[in-house]
Amino acid sequence: MMSHAVRRKATNFIMFTLTAICALLAISVLFFILGYLVWQGGRSLNWDFFTKLPTPVGETGGGFANAILGSAKLLGLASLIGIPIGFIGGVYLAEFGGSTWTFVVRYMTDLLNGVPSIVMGIFAYALIVIPMKHFSTFAGGAALGIMMIPIAVRTTEEFLRAVPNNLREGALALGATKWKAVVTVVIPASMRGIITGIMLGVARVAGETAPLLFTAFSNRFWSPGLNQPTASLPVMIYTYAISPYEDWHQQAWAGGLVLLALVLITNIAARIILHRQTHTAQG
Amino acid sequence: MQPEGTITATLPPRGRAIVKRFRAGDQVAYLVTFIFASAIILITGLLFIELYRSSALARQQFGWHFLSARIWDPVALQFGALPFIYGTLVTSFLALILGVPLGIGASIFLAELAPPSISDGLAFLIELLAAVPSVIYGLLAIFTLVPLVRDYVAPFLESVLGFLPLFQGPSYGVSLLAAGAVLAIMILPFIISISREVLLAVPREQREASLALGATRWETAWRVVVPYARTGIIGSIFLALARALGETMAVTMVIGNDPKINASLFAPGYSIAAVIANEFSEATSDMYLSALIELGLVLFCITIIVNAGARLLILGITRKASAHS
Repeated sequence: MMSHAVRRKATNFIMFTLTAICALLAISVLFFILGYLVWQGGRSLNWDFFTKLPTPVGETGGGFANAILGSAKLLGLASLIGIPIGFIGGVYLAEFGGSTWTFVVRYMTDLLNGVPSIVMGIFAYALIVIPMKHFSTFAGGAALGIMMIPIAVRTTEEFLRAVPNNLREGALALGATKWKAVVTVVIPASMRGIITGIMLGVARVAGETAPLLFTAFSNRFWSPGLNQPTASLPVMIYTYAISPYEDWHQQAWAGGLVLLALVLITNIAARIILHRQTHTAQG
Repeated sequence: MQPEGTITATLPPRGRAIVKRFRAGDQVAYLVTFIFASAIILITGLLFIELYRSSALARQQFGWHFLSARIWDPVALQFGALPFIYGTLVTSFLALILGVPLGIGASIFLAELAPPSISDGLAFLIELLAAVPSVIYGLLAIFTLVPLVRDYVAPFLESVLGFLPLFQGPSYGVSLLAAGAVLAIMILPFIISISREVLLAVPREQREASLALGATRWETAWRVVVPYARTGIIGSIFLALARALGETMAVTMVIGNDPKINASLFAPGYSIAAVIANEFSEATSDMYLSALIELGLVLFCITIIVNAGARLLILGITRKASAHS
């Protein structure tokens, strides 16, 4: 009888330890990635990296300046395409939708969210690159923008639904029409959450490489306007990482460090803001 | 602000009513949001139509045989998808075999066994891990995981399990094994955070009843909470599988890019996403391009089916949980 109880307690302790090890292993991956990138990337990260163009093979030095600007342009364009469609679509789902059409829209959004990023690249290629007959910043931005739509829809809908109903009723009771209540009361009440959610969406597509490979393509020089192929940070990291040259590898590490830092800082900031909001809402 | 009033005053009654309705704006707001929401349906539909239309050439040429042919020879215009389907499935299942036990173990720890203060912090770190871009996983895998597989893991597995054809033959590091291992690491945060959420959705009474009957924490977690949340956990595994199937960059960087079917996990392989990433911008003939797009269509259909299954399962558990509370 005693031994049975002891065995159960022992199992409890062993499984506690084992599952804790599982969790720690997962977390240690994050610290390994961070540590390794800081160690490798920190050595080759310098001012030139942010200000200079890539150098030709065999010439050391140079930087990713064009790729950083290219990524910024791609993300700006993606936001212009993805955020309005996603945001207003989300408002429809939360505030104006009927039952059938809402279900269809939500289902399609989920479907779009599950599309592999490389397939999104093919889509943008067929839709934009083939008619234009050349790679362009515009095609890359469109591919990323479409990837941003489902994220924006989801967060917008989620945060609008979290707004308490008595706010809506209060506005309507004061004589506001429905759209006025939505625009002046409901949306402002959830704006902080929606913005942080969309920030997370931007951070997610910022690291996407696959949809850019044959839409924005790559470029070793500056890319003026939106009509030419452009370099981007993730694609540069990819090409430099699989190249056979040691100093290119070093540049890839530096690029990886910059990209990871941007993504993680955005994520941490967004989550801190969200955390604070839920706490003030409760308290 | 006079003019508005004077315009309505001059209109006949019916026109005045329409202007009034639009002035109120509800119809306009409804219409605008409706159009944007419908645009999402349009885009998703267009995505499928474009894939289907652009792959017409290859579909007519090869038919269903495309899926079962083993030869991929762009020069001779022979296109068979089997090596890529094989590589995609093998690496994804390898990722599940390695990632699922770890992920579920970690999620049980975070949801049931760890003190809440630690659990929240760790869950936050897991969310950060999910945000790491795949090209960074690939970058690290090339320079750390691939040498590790080549020099230590493969020789070790061969000495222990070498009698199986899975673990035979020379090892170059870039291999199905390396790709599966990267994928396992990449799907881990998805399994953990979704499973954790599903476990947390299990009603409190279930735990209290079990603990009151004298069960230990582990017994409660394993025999009461996990079975209750089973469908949701399976859903999270499906979702992770969909991710693994469609993952491109990290796999492309470590799988070795060789369109052959090898029994050995140490041999290089190729996945659907990887071949599209590598060869798409170099596709010279229309037939070549069309075959690559058909591969994209195949990948699209597989992930859609797996995703839909996952959503149904997760929906089931959260609905059950909310019905109880």
